[in-house]
Amino acid sequence: MSSRSGWLPATPALVLLFAFFLLPVVRMLGFSLESGTLDWYAKALGEQLYLRVFWNTFEIAVFVTAVCLLLGYPLGFLIATTTPGWATLGFIFVLLPLWTSVLVRTYAWMVLLGRNGVFNRWLIDIGLISDPLPLLHNFTGVLIGMVHVLLPYMVLPIYGAVRRLDPALVAAAEGLGASSWRIFWRIYLPLTLPGIFAGSVIVFVLSLGFFITPALLGGGKVMMVAVLIEQEVRQTLNWPFASALSAVLLVLTLGVYALAQSSTRQEARP
Amino acid sequence: MSRGLLIAVCTAIYIFLMLPLVVVFPISLSSAPYMQFPPPGFSTQWYDRYLEDPQWIDATLRSLYVGAATAVLALALGVPLAFALARGRFVGRGLVDRLALAPLIVPTIILSVGLYGLFAKLKLIGEWYGLVVAHTVLALPFVVLVMVAGLRDFDRALEQAAEGLGASRWRTLLRVTLPLLRPSLVSAGLLAFISSFDELVVALFLAGPNMTLPKKMFDNILMEIDPTIAAVSVIQILLVSIVLVLIGRFGRGLQGSAR
Repeated sequence: MSSRSGWLPATPALVLLFAFFLLPVVRMLGFSLESGTLDWYAKALGEQLYLRVFWNTFEIAVFVTAVCLLLGYPLGFLIATTTPGWATLGFIFVLLPLWTSVLVRTYAWMVLLGRNGVFNRWLIDIGLISDPLPLLHNFTGVLIGMVHVLLPYMVLPIYGAVRRLDPALVAAAEGLGASSWRIFWRIYLPLTLPGIFAGSVIVFVLSLGFFITPALLGGGKVMMVAVLIEQEVRQTLNWPFASALSAVLLVLTLGVYALAQSSTRQEARP
Repeated sequence: MSRGLLIAVCTAIYIFLMLPLVVVFPISLSSAPYMQFPPPGFSTQWYDRYLEDPQWIDATLRSLYVGAATAVLALALGVPLAFALARGRFVGRGLVDRLALAPLIVPTIILSVGLYGLFAKLKLIGEWYGLVVAHTVLALPFVVLVMVAGLRDFDRALEQAAEGLGASRWRTLLRVTLPLLRPSLVSAGLLAFISSFDELVVALFLAGPNMTLPKKMFDNILMEIDPTIAAVSVIQILLVSIVLVLIGRFGRGLQGSAR
């Protein structure tokens, strides 16, 4: 297949994407405007209750991204700078959770974090606490569950950025007597910023639309936009409102993504 | 000194990553009638319960064939798309590229609700092939990413040699190009399979009364924390591990596809 065939081989996939991706999404977003007014958007963005859900979602996404960065950097760094054998093992332990069902992991966290869960039992047994800590059905539980799901998406780009770095720079700095902290702050950190940025953007964007983890680990107490949309469609049957919420979520998601894309393009092109 | 600190910190992070996968093993073999940790004794009752419950088996089989059909369809559509993206020069290629990867970025809940509305109108709710079509949309980006990476590293001199020796374009494709791309094809197909096998949100809306394995698990988790789920979880972890081993053995490295 040479370049002569042009766009032809793409046609079947494009038909699928138009019919079962673009069409259903655009059609559904249209429901919010069927009344001919912007009333449903006024409700989504005007009422305290729903504004709070958006704020909650944003706040959780920021926290998840920050924690993923804090944990993902050392991990990506270690895998990138260790021997090939250890790196393979390190990758397996990052990829195995990535490809394990989110449901399995969420269930496991419920077992670990519950009132009578493994952690609370253990902490009481060793005498560190007397009453079980509230780890589930709250912000903490959702945060732990989401970080677990999204951490691999942070590790992989950081790993890539550290690998691309020229080891001669580090060797030169060492030869000139720089301490390892100084090497980290002056060489590794600035030169791996693109990886940090790419990982943070993908984790943040994916966090915004999260459903399974907040639905199960939030226990109805931590409301995120995706959970609200599901309730509006399946329980309240309020399609126009679900449609308006979806439109706002989509604009936020694509907006953050597009903004990040355009800023990296400016930096990356020499 | 700081290297030791780094290794200590990373060990803790690895424990965090692996703990949820490990904890379901002892629970699945517990003799207690309800969730209890550590388990008071050994028993295979939760595996028996899984194997004897036609609902669980039915859901598992449905997820397996939906996943297999998704892998086939995603390869059939995604491989030509990847060829067009990697080698074609045409107007709007950048746009096609973005569209192909968009299902990764657009929140799945939005696609699910949109398809739910459309499929309700087309009377496709509860039909397994409706689910296959929806899962193929979600699997397509994985196939495209893996195949485009494979095509980028491809040595085109081999194709030119075949054509120079008189092979037709189709013969070159079938006898040279595709066999050389086999590792990428294996990875792409298996990733498409896993992405469908694990998928919940779309299935929640489109599966109707017909359970898939994730949907059955979701309902059970909402209702009760029954160790049967732990047994199902172990089976799922083992299945995914086997698939990852297959990718490692016959496929193109996952690191390559993640770049």
